[in-house]
Amino acid sequence: MHNPQLNANGELTHLLSIEGLPRAVINHILDTASSFLKVSDRNVRKVPLLRGKSVFNVFFENSTRTRTTFEIAAKRLSADVINLDVTRSSTAKGETLLDTVDNLVAMHADMFVVRHAASGAPHLIADHLRRLGRNDVHVVNAGDGSHAHPTQGLLDMYTIRHYKKDFTNLAVAIVGDILHSRVARSDIHALTTLGAAEVRAVGPQTLLPTAIEKMGVRVCHDLGTGLRDCDVVIMLRLQNERMNGALLPSAREYFRCYGLTPTMLALAKPDAIVMHPGPMNRGVEIDSDVADGPQAVILPQVTFGIAVRMAVMGILAGN
Amino acid sequence: MNRQHLHLRNARLIDPKISLDAHLDLFIAYGLVAGIGQPPTGFAAERSIDASGLIACPGLVDLSSRLGGIEPELNAAVAGGVTSLACPPDSKPPLDEPGLVERLVRRSETLGLARVYPIGALTQQLAGEKLAEMNSLARAGCIAFSQAKRAIVDTQLLLRAMQYAATFGYAVRLRPQDQFLTGDGVAHDGEVASRLGLASIPVSAETVAIATALLLASQTGVRLHLSRLSSAAGIALIRQARRSNVQVSCDVAVHHLHLSEMDIGYFDSNARFDPPLRSASDRDALRSAVAEGLAAICSDHTPVDADGKQLPFAEALPGATGLELLLPLTLQWATQEKLPLARALARITCDPAAILGIEAGSLSVGSPADVCVFDPDEAWRVTPEALRSQGKNTPFMGYELSGRVRMTLVGGRIVFEA
Repeated sequence: MHNPQLNANGELTHLLSIEGLPRAVINHILDTASSFLKVSDRNVRKVPLLRGKSVFNVFFENSTRTRTTFEIAAKRLSADVINLDVTRSSTAKGETLLDTVDNLVAMHADMFVVRHAASGAPHLIADHLRRLGRNDVHVVNAGDGSHAHPTQGLLDMYTIRHYKKDFTNLAVAIVGDILHSRVARSDIHALTTLGAAEVRAVGPQTLLPTAIEKMGVRVCHDLGTGLRDCDVVIMLRLQNERMNGALLPSAREYFRCYGLTPTMLALAKPDAIVMHPGPMNRGVEIDSDVADGPQAVILPQVTFGIAVRMAVMGILAGN
Repeated sequence: MNRQHLHLRNARLIDPKISLDAHLDLFIAYGLVAGIGQPPTGFAAERSIDASGLIACPGLVDLSSRLGGIEPELNAAVAGGVTSLACPPDSKPPLDEPGLVERLVRRSETLGLARVYPIGALTQQLAGEKLAEMNSLARAGCIAFSQAKRAIVDTQLLLRAMQYAATFGYAVRLRPQDQFLTGDGVAHDGEVASRLGLASIPVSAETVAIATALLLASQTGVRLHLSRLSSAAGIALIRQARRSNVQVSCDVAVHHLHLSEMDIGYFDSNARFDPPLRSASDRDALRSAVAEGLAAICSDHTPVDADGKQLPFAEALPGATGLELLLPLTLQWATQEKLPLARALARITCDPAAILGIEAGSLSVGSPADVCVFDPDEAWRVTPEALRSQGKNTPFMGYELSGRVRMTLVGGRIVFEA
């Protein structure tokens, strides 16, 4: 099947999903991020890679945090950054997604960073640009529905590589609402591509997608089984609307069964790291003692996230 | 185009209803089939047509075609060899008023293209709350009653609807889709939906609804037709019911014979269907069910304009244009399954005609001369320009298909010629 994010030379033209990305492309992004991490430590935190380029943050779904990290990353690459909160403007007036895109292309956008509530929306935009013959305009998926959040997946891989060096002997547990999680899907694709020894999907049946094992994961309904001797724990945020009784009886019962407490974490390897894409629900999926404890690498994830997003935008602009 | 005395020469005549598959001439007079092989006495052809190398079969009968713009879609029908079609009641406004049905019938009769058989609404406004005036709708021209894609959630009302329809001998057609299990799902509950993060519809949404419908049908004795089966488990329930002598028929949409969830690829909204494309093993079960005659084939023609498809997958409108692809896709399935042509054509001629209870789907002497003449080997590429339907939405866009209609007759009149 034609991979819509790679050009004829196998280079990245859009970042839509981790799925289908060759290992070499992922490693190239991570290596590039490594060099950008040093930029953030300098006095002048800027490189001129995207000077004169316009990056449009088009967020059809609110997310101050993700948008901010993309904005910082683009500005450190010297791009002009335009933030569009589309939830409150065009679509409210009945404009279609592709009409919005056409208008922004006419404003000479070089790159779109897109967040949308519908799975596949960034693919639709990329496909539209291809039909327009605008191979010079790039799309970065900043989260689409329950499908993908590839930069989060990449920053998670960067974090794991930073602390664990090699993927091939790692057991990684992803815990929580995998059914609705674009982060989980991106992490699973990335981990299986990078050769992680075992990826475990941990949660109650109501929060696990059908046939998830086809993505190369082992399903564990019991948290203890899922955590035992693992090297990396990725906790997922439980959205408030999932706790209302349809998928789970209550937040309290969820925490009792799937909350990461120091006692549960003790089942993992002593040097296991704990990750979370944020924002955290303390006392729902994670205990404060763990979130603030020595094994948590949740704040370094945020720092690495800027470097990874700089790497993605830098590579796209060069292709 | 008046009704002429026609002499169709040298065609291979296939009529599954009367087990005919032979090179014989066909004689048409006064809108009826007047003779096969032998002209009736005193027959003088006003036009003689050489159909060497072509197949002539009964005009195709389609169990469900949505007619957005009536004229272009009926033109698409005859260009696809379809001479009779049933129209579901979920038009805007829905077919729950005798006046609307009469208007549709009159309009289609005036056009004189394919014959249109309206399916009436089973409940008012298709809301599933109050029974529609079935008797009045039947007098206006409805040949069966359905809810189209809307479910009747209230099982007591469903029971009453079946009882009332059975009182008059009307057929009830249902789409087996449990509303709660369907939820806001847009794709089969399987590996593709899980991978793409699409809200999913489990097979149980179909089987639960089938089981309910079958139990109520056997209680009421209503003539039940289940539309658009999508799963192996659904087919198994129908097979079991038939063995217990429950009066039930069913159909499968032609695209479900060829496609599976995998064809969604990277969110191709042309592969968004209701019910969803399911797994490859479901597709294979549908193919064998149709091959053995358990289910008929339906075009499920649903023209959608470009705006309705150029949306993220879950927001795109479901359905595909189908009238002009029904024959070639059926032929392709038959070739792949190595089925005799007559058996394959039965699924789109006499079988659906029997389900609808209409006088169509046969070339026997005295039948209405609804005929489809096609070249089984002529290849053509599916392009927007090649389709007469206003809907250009099909996952088969760009495909090269074999089987091209060369002439269509309705009541002895040539309504399409290429």
